Amino acid sequence: MPELRDTAGTSRRPLIFDGVSISLQETPLVSLSARIDAGEVVSVMGPSGVGKSTLLAFAAGFLAPAFHASGDVRLGDQSITSLPTSARRLGLLFQDALLFPHLSVAGNLAFGMPPSRHRRQRREVIDQALSDIGLEGFGERDPATLSGGQRARVALMRTLLSRPQAMLLDEPFSKLDATLRQEMRELVFGRIREYGLPALLVTHDRADAEAAAGPIIELSSASTGQTTSTWRSAQHARR
Amino acid sequence: MARVDQRILAADSWFVRLTRWAPLLTVLLLVVPVMVGVAGVTAPAFGWLPALGGESLSLAPWVALWHTPGLGEMITMSLSTGLISTAVALVIVILFLGAFADSAAFVWLKRLLSPLLAVPHAAAAIGLAFLLAPSGLAMRLVSPGLSGQKVPPDYLFPGDPHGIALIAGLVVKEVPFLLLMSLAALPQCQAHHRRHLALSLGYSPVTAFLKGVLPSLYPLIRLPVYAVIAFASSNVDVAMILGPSTPPPLAVSVVRWLGDPDLSMRFMASAAALTQLAVTLMALGIWWCIEHAIRLLATPCLTDGQRHLGQRLGVVLGGGLTWLSAGLLCASLLGLVLWSLAAYWPFPASWPTPLTLANWRAALPGLLPAAGTTLALAVAATLLSTILVVGCLESESLHQRSMGKGATLVLYLPLLVPPVAFLYGLVQLQAQLFLMPGFVLVVVGHSLFVLPYVFLSLAESYRRLDPRWSQVAASLGKSHASIFLRVRLPLLLAPMATAMAVGLAVSIGQYLPTLLLGAGRLTTLTTEAVSLASGGDRRLTAIYALAQLALPAIGFALAIGLPRLLHRRRRALLT
Repeated sequence: MPELRDTAGTSRRPLIFDGVSISLQETPLVSLSARIDAGEVVSVMGPSGVGKSTLLAFAAGFLAPAFHASGDVRLGDQSITSLPTSARRLGLLFQDALLFPHLSVAGNLAFGMPPSRHRRQRREVIDQALSDIGLEGFGERDPATLSGGQRARVALMRTLLSRPQAMLLDEPFSKLDATLRQEMRELVFGRIREYGLPALLVTHDRADAEAAAGPIIELSSASTGQTTSTWRSAQHARR
Repeated sequence: MARVDQRILAADSWFVRLTRWAPLLTVLLLVVPVMVGVAGVTAPAFGWLPALGGESLSLAPWVALWHTPGLGEMITMSLSTGLISTAVALVIVILFLGAFADSAAFVWLKRLLSPLLAVPHAAAAIGLAFLLAPSGLAMRLVSPGLSGQKVPPDYLFPGDPHGIALIAGLVVKEVPFLLLMSLAALPQCQAHHRRHLALSLGYSPVTAFLKGVLPSLYPLIRLPVYAVIAFASSNVDVAMILGPSTPPPLAVSVVRWLGDPDLSMRFMASAAALTQLAVTLMALGIWWCIEHAIRLLATPCLTDGQRHLGQRLGVVLGGGLTWLSAGLLCASLLGLVLWSLAAYWPFPASWPTPLTLANWRAALPGLLPAAGTTLALAVAATLLSTILVVGCLESESLHQRSMGKGATLVLYLPLLVPPVAFLYGLVQLQAQLFLMPGFVLVVVGHSLFVLPYVFLSLAESYRRLDPRWSQVAASLGKSHASIFLRVRLPLLLAPMATAMAVGLAVSIGQYLPTLLLGAGRLTTLTTEAVSLASGGDRRLTAIYALAQLALPAIGFALAIGLPRLLHRRRRALLT
């Protein structure tokens, strides 16, 4: 699969949160400074409502205007904070697979691929990707006919085929049942390492963070209402 | 990579710019004609109309209006038919919702709602007139067996002096509209949970609805109710077909005076048009007072613990009257079909023999061009409105900002100001504003009424669309324009098609804008049907009414069928 390897080759830049801090109507919500190296998954944990998803929305570029954010998000030395979402090239995975219901499985995969005139080549990449996740021959299927696990795998593949520079994961395993969850964790984290992508995982499930095997940042609501981030592991010192 | 980014940014910028203009254009389209129109009718009302030699301000038009015989009756007729029909329709809707929420009857009526709404006012009025007239289908069914009548009995319908026929015609068309608006508002006030809670506390269903849901529902449907009052107190086409003629409601007289060959009548007609505006405002004011009185009087009842208030009344009246109005509408349509196919149909016979297509064949040469004009106007007005509405909603979602209360009021402006008042003002100013009467102006005139309905019918689905679809697509590198075309549009195809069908139906039903802004040169099915209705040819009238009805029906059929066909292999979109 030529195109896939190509992706793995280009992205070796870390994802950096430089003094990022988000507030809502003067009330500070969450702040984070972190450097995520290629192939590393940093997990952000905390109870619901502390602003984990807000942090992710800021990184992805669709923070609601009600919030006020300062700080910089960078890929290597390139600042992406002022770019629109579409130019940031960050791959997103949500709780739901969010496969476009009006497109076939193959259509969903093709949707995110960079444009190219070689239709047959695109076709080959899609077929290869499908067999890669054990869904050979599923290309023409309606996404609504897939099982939850199958949908999750297609969603992952759709993101990877778009050649992202980094990954943002918003509780991607929380809606899967227990047996599938372990399987999907291995698949997702395995691919992230294989492609050498920096990844930020937002979760409230400690097992997710442990499976990610990277640094864990705990967000907790302090008495002032401000959330502070603390490195729980010693990985930060390594740099 | 830098080049790709530039391309995305460029594609974004034109789309974002386009959506930024949409709200402004929409506000201008809805506000300017109404304001200019009202101004254009105010000047001649005070004697100022240089084109006709009125170059000094005077109160002469008002004096002339004051001395018009029957003015008081006209105003009373407008006020009473407007208020009574709205009240009756609202009571029916409230009692029906209370008595039958979550029942099988409810599901059935919900399905009937869109087709019933699509029936143009004029067609419904003509159908009702043919059904209930002395020689109408209803009387034929009971004659001579039950009624003993061998010749049509002697009663005045339509056109009875108390306006009962007019009220009935308005109610039949208002019930589906208010029901639809209520159904859209119910989820917003957690009607389901509240009802269940009240039922568990031992309340009867109707009482549970009246005390637990209605107090929050009413504020949500207040504007639609006001729009209904404004329409009912100032409409022209239904009143021309069903209303009394000596004297008619004020709006009908205004149109007559406007069309008077004696041009000096225009001054008085302008004064009368302004009076119509005042009458509608007065109707709204009276309603507002009644509304507040009811709230004051009913507030203590909400907590008095009485659990079975109005239960039986609700089931009997709410159920009976809803089905009666739906039934009347359906029977009217059946009557129209029979009349259009009747060769010879003498009085007590309840079935015309023989049935023939000759009427249709004879009507076709006139029918086709009228249908063509109707369709062209409707398609143009609907496209213009849909583009602006989608632009507004898209800009709302792009900037993640919802519209304020003022914007909602702007949407309702053309529905609250009597058309006869501002449309005539526009006609008056055509020369000064270099507006050529004709197709384009009529399209703009139709859009004033089409746009609010397209907006009301699309906004809910548009705003409910999961924002993550766009977020996923953007993260996959798609520009705003591309996300709109490749994700949002396909996902919203069904509601978009329905909104456009609603738009077509509204435009097809327009009478006054076509007549006034087209300077009488554009013949549509509606203008033909209304003018035929006052003549004696029931067969031809029925044919035009049916054709007027068929176009929106085809629109709705397409709106339901096309998305299903296009998405036939996508289960998640077939709901």
